[in-house]
Order: sequence, then C-alpha cells, then structure tokens
Amino acid sequence: MKTYDAAVVGGGLVGAALAYGLARRGLSTAVVDEGDVAYRASRGNFGLVWVQGKGLDFTPYADWTRASAEAWAGFARELLELTGVDVAHRQPGGLEICVTEKDYAERADELARLAEQTEGRFEYEMLDARALAELVSGASEALAGAAFCPHDGHANPLSLLRALHQGLALSGGTYLPEGPVTEVRSEGASFALVTRGGVISAGRVVLAAGLGSTALAPALGLAAPLRPNRGQILVTERVAPFLNFPTLDLRQTAEGSLQLGGTHEDVDYDDGATGAAMTAIAKRAVTAFPFLRSVRVVRGWGALRIMTPDGAPIYDVSERHPGAYLAACHSGVTLAAVHAERLAAWIAGADPLPEVRPFSARRFHVQAAA
Amino acid sequence: MFKPLPDRRDRTVTVTIEGRSVTVPEGQTVAAAVLAADLDSCRTTAVSGSPRAPYCMMGLCFDCLMEVDGVPNTQACLTEVRDGMTIRRQQGARKVTP
Repeated sequence: MKTYDAAVVGGGLVGAALAYGLARRGLSTAVVDEGDVAYRASRGNFGLVWVQGKGLDFTPYADWTRASAEAWAGFARELLELTGVDVAHRQPGGLEICVTEKDYAERADELARLAEQTEGRFEYEMLDARALAELVSGASEALAGAAFCPHDGHANPLSLLRALHQGLALSGGTYLPEGPVTEVRSEGASFALVTRGGVISAGRVVLAAGLGSTALAPALGLAAPLRPNRGQILVTERVAPFLNFPTLDLRQTAEGSLQLGGTHEDVDYDDGATGAAMTAIAKRAVTAFPFLRSVRVVRGWGALRIMTPDGAPIYDVSERHPGAYLAACHSGVTLAAVHAERLAAWIAGADPLPEVRPFSARRFHVQAAA
Repeated sequence: MFKPLPDRRDRTVTVTIEGRSVTVPEGQTVAAAVLAADLDSCRTTAVSGSPRAPYCMMGLCFDCLMEVDGVPNTQACLTEVRDGMTIRRQQGARKVTP
C-alpha cells in the first residue's frame, strides 16, 4: 500500500497549494486528483486576487484575504524561481465599477463599514465619475464612479495551477490521478483513502476536493455545507494593453485578452454557458467602456464556484479524528499565498494558527453559536 | 510555394494584398489567396511579435488574423475574397482607442 505523511484529496488550486506547502515543509505528500472529468473550478477561474468587499461583518475573513494579497508578490516570485513559471501576478489596485448613483452609495456604505470593522486595515477610496475617468481612460462618463482598493490585483489562474503542480513535484510531492476518492476512513493513527488505483494510507488527510468534499466529510467528523454557484466568463481577442487596473468583472490579461465575467447563478450542477448570461456580461462591459463595442469575443464558458453559506472559507480539523482537515472556498487564487504558507504550516502541525479558528464550519451550527 | 488546383470556376476577383493587386478565383478564402500570393507571413503575434502564416485553415488556430478592409484581427481562413478587398498584415496586437 502507498503510504504518505499527508494525502490531499483534490488537485485544484486549493489542494495543490496546500500539497505544495506540505511538501515544502518536508512531509511526504500525495495529491489524489479526479482528473479532467472533475468540475474543476480552478480551470474556469477569473484570476482576481481580490480584497475589496470581502469580510464585511466577518473581520477574520477580511484580514485573512488581505494577508494573502500582501504575501502574493513574494509567493509569485518563489514560484517563478522554483518552477520557471511566471503566473503574471500584478497588484496595481483594483476597481469595482458603480453604474448608478444607488450602486455608488451602497458600495461607499459597505466599504466604510468594512474599514471601520477592520479599524482601517482595509484601505479604499471612492472615485466619482471624473476621478475614475482620470484614472482609466475610456470609462463611460455616464458611470457613477468606482471603488478603488490598493490591495487588489490579478494573476493567470491556469499558470498558477501549473506552477503549484510543478512546485509540488519539484518538492518531492506525488500526483496521483487516481480519483475520485470514494471513501476516506480513519484507521487508528492513519487514514485510508479508497481510490480507483487502490487504497492509499496517510497520517494526515486534507479534503480539498471542492464540491466533492461534501460527500467525504461526514465519515471524518467534518462538515462541508457547500453549494455550486455558476459564473460565466467571456474572453475577447487580444488587444494592445489599455486597462491598467483589473475591475471586478473586466480585466486585461498579460497577453492582452480581455476577460469579462461576473455572473452568479444558482443552477445546481449545470456548468454550461447561456446566451442570456453572455449578452448580459457583454452589455455590462460596454456600459462601462463603450469603445469595447467593436472588440470580438472569442471564447466563453461556465464554471461552478464552491460556495459556503456565508461566502467565506471553511477550514476545519476534525475533533473526532485529529489529522483530518478540510479546506473549502471560492477564492483559490486570492488565498493561494496563505494556503501554501500559513494554512499548510497549520496542517503540518508547525503553527497553531489561532486565526484559523473562526473559519470552522461550526459557525453555521445554531447550537454552537448559542 | 502553394499552387492552386485546376479550378473549373473561371470567375475571378481582384484584391489588394499588402499593396499588391492580385487576381484570385471567386469563392476562395483570404487565407488561400494570401498563401497563393506567396506572402511570407500574414501577421505578427500580439505577445512576442513573431511572424505567423495561416495554419489550420478551418477557424480554430487564430494564426491567420489579418486586417481586411480596415477591420483588424479578421480570421482570413473564414473570410471569402470580394472584388476590391484590401488585405493587410495584422501587425501585433489590435489597438483599441478609448
């Protein structure tokens, strides 16, 4: 039987970042991955490293997200030096466009509350239409303005996934495309993972299988109350660089393509694309930047976010089976830096990481909260 | 390098490829006309500026992007020649002007 210090279920951005971090700490680590039939949110990702707005009324999430954004530049450098893969990370600050005065007022109110709740650690600036037009040429004069957050940035999510997998391999980790894992059970001091390729034994097990974690969690005394939430994305032809700042639903990649996105749809496990959503996405982009009207769309897709009840990550260690961990979130790119460094150190037992406690799924249990 | 197959269609159109007037069979694609005209490349890439020529000829590889009648990034293999058409290389990334 194959035996490892740690087995990570799921080879997407969350699982790969954790496995990379565990392997870097000297644990013999295996990733058990389902392969290309998986829903694989990591391959449909928009690629933002996004801070603004996250963690309103849940300060630990705001601080955790900001910590990752701050660590990202160093993390990208580390990956480049180790693997030679440039994940195209940029952190120029980011914009959330407000089309109407009502949007603007609501956004200003939310971000003011977030800044207050974090005692000013979350920084932002509201830009009126004129300030926005000065910062970004081509923004429609009809917009109400935008929220600017200096912590925001973006990266290439596909390059990131590749860099993490290469980093894992170069750090002595093992990739096993033998999923799906159909069962994980505790066997005394270790865990047994049942896969298509046989049974794997590991001292620690980490569920990072996205939506697939829900079915595996209960046997380990964990809970993964997750729902799919579909986002659709359009990609345009490559055009000369013009957009210096990523926005929540429009960013220009390092290669010049524009990515347009941002739907939030509750359609169960349907990861398809629809004409109505694509039309709405394109309209929103042209509303903000009218000169994009002539730019061609060349690709589009749908993908399923891994959504927790409050949108914040779930990180847990099992009380009944210590050594069994769970990590689930929809922010695999944004949080990659803290996953690979701090969360991996926590799972490796090298850091008690008190900051992680608020992220337990116990926060959803009414009795635990009472 | 490329020679046309014997073609029963006798109707031709005249297009301008990089300033040169070329007579080509009606119904042909711009990519085929460009290959027959021995143009060494049809575009330079958006990222590195390296030269490219038509490749897949069926609309998938996006290597045959050209400026056709002033419209940039046109897929030459999916565009039929028309009389009087002006065809130019796509030079790097398309510029969009705010």
